[in-house]
Amino acid sequence: MIALALPAQDSGTFTPPGIDQMHLPAILPWGASDGFSKQMLLVILSVVLIASFFIAAARKQQLVPGKLQFAGEMAYGFVRNSIAKDIIGGRDFMKYVPLLFTLFFFILVNNIYGAIPVIQLPSFSHVGGAYVLAAVVYVTWIGIGIKKNGLKYFKLATVPSGVPWFILPIVVPIEIISNFLVRPVTHSLRLFATMMAGHLIVMIAGSGIEFLVMQENVLLKGASVLVLAGAIAMYMLEALIMVLQAYVFTLLTAIYIEGALHADSH
Amino acid sequence: MNQQIISAAAQGAAESANPLLPNPWEMGVVFAGFAVLLYIVVKFVVPMFEKTFAERAEAIEGGIAKAEKAQAEASAALEEYKQQLHDARAEANRIREEARAEGAQILAELKTKAAAESARITEQAHAQIESERQAAVVALRSEVGTLATTLAERIVGESLSDDERAARVVDRFLADLETQSAGAAK
Repeated sequence: MIALALPAQDSGTFTPPGIDQMHLPAILPWGASDGFSKQMLLVILSVVLIASFFIAAARKQQLVPGKLQFAGEMAYGFVRNSIAKDIIGGRDFMKYVPLLFTLFFFILVNNIYGAIPVIQLPSFSHVGGAYVLAAVVYVTWIGIGIKKNGLKYFKLATVPSGVPWFILPIVVPIEIISNFLVRPVTHSLRLFATMMAGHLIVMIAGSGIEFLVMQENVLLKGASVLVLAGAIAMYMLEALIMVLQAYVFTLLTAIYIEGALHADSH
Repeated sequence: MNQQIISAAAQGAAESANPLLPNPWEMGVVFAGFAVLLYIVVKFVVPMFEKTFAERAEAIEGGIAKAEKAQAEASAALEEYKQQLHDARAEANRIREEARAEGAQILAELKTKAAAESARITEQAHAQIESERQAAVVALRSEVGTLATTLAERIVGESLSDDERAARVVDRFLADLETQSAGAAK
């Protein structure tokens, strides 16, 4: 479906699709901007899907869960215990479970879109969403740090204890840059870049197959099977990365929150 | 349609070639979507799951507590039975000891009684023998006198039938006998 949008089939040479082709036309154009895009629709759909699934799973509240409730509890318990409890620790992790839970499933569903035929578009292949989520996390952990330690938090976060004073002029700028400047950028770009690259690979494979199939030469036509096999392998890898990135993003959020909570002991 | 898509894609490409520049509308939608989802999770999903977890934990812990209580009761009962058994054994021992002591006492009493009885019987026998001997001695004394007198009367004749003289003769005779027997006894 995506391959249809690519201007590759009529010429003799293969022009691979690039970043410019990442932007599908708006479903409902308005204003000067791109209008209502497919990503926006998918994001809204993800909210509806996640909310309805978990409310349906949690609503019955039976002591011996049914299949749906069990699945919901497994998913919830994974974020609650394997991420929040293990990273943040036993005493005050419960406060951050909702944020981590929402982040994980919001990103997971929006990534998995890329592996579903016809939809085939991870929402975070556009950088805006990744910026928003990273910013939410950035504001959250700095807020937690200030609330917990006051303004002393910035000293705790940038001046590591146990370092000789003459190294501090080197260490403090590095800490400031790595903690407060680079962290949100890597946090958002990691998600965006993997999703965009995955989407790009799918597009290139799709257009490559189309190009080869259109060739007169039978051997070249047959070579499209090889590209298809490679594309399937990449598809599997991408599916793995989609899940992994949702996990990594949430895990890093938990680590940042834990670092802000226990800044005095780091 | 194909043509339209291509031109739209090209138009999009012209607008934002740099993939790091975000679309503000998309950012807004993601932020709004995330906020709504977070609200739903905070308000409904997490409390409902946590409530279920808490209830389940309570049910399991309640069951464990019940089992522990039952076990404690059972062990208390066992302890009580053991105590009772112990008491009963001690009681039985005590009774056995008492019975043995009582038996020994009864036996001793009986022995004493029997000894006394036998002593009494012996005493009585002695007394009877003594009295019979006396009686025999008295009877013999008179009979021997009579016999001797009769014999002497027959030998000496009618003159000796005078009572007074005869009694004197017999007494003297018996006294002589007694001294003789006393001398022999010595």
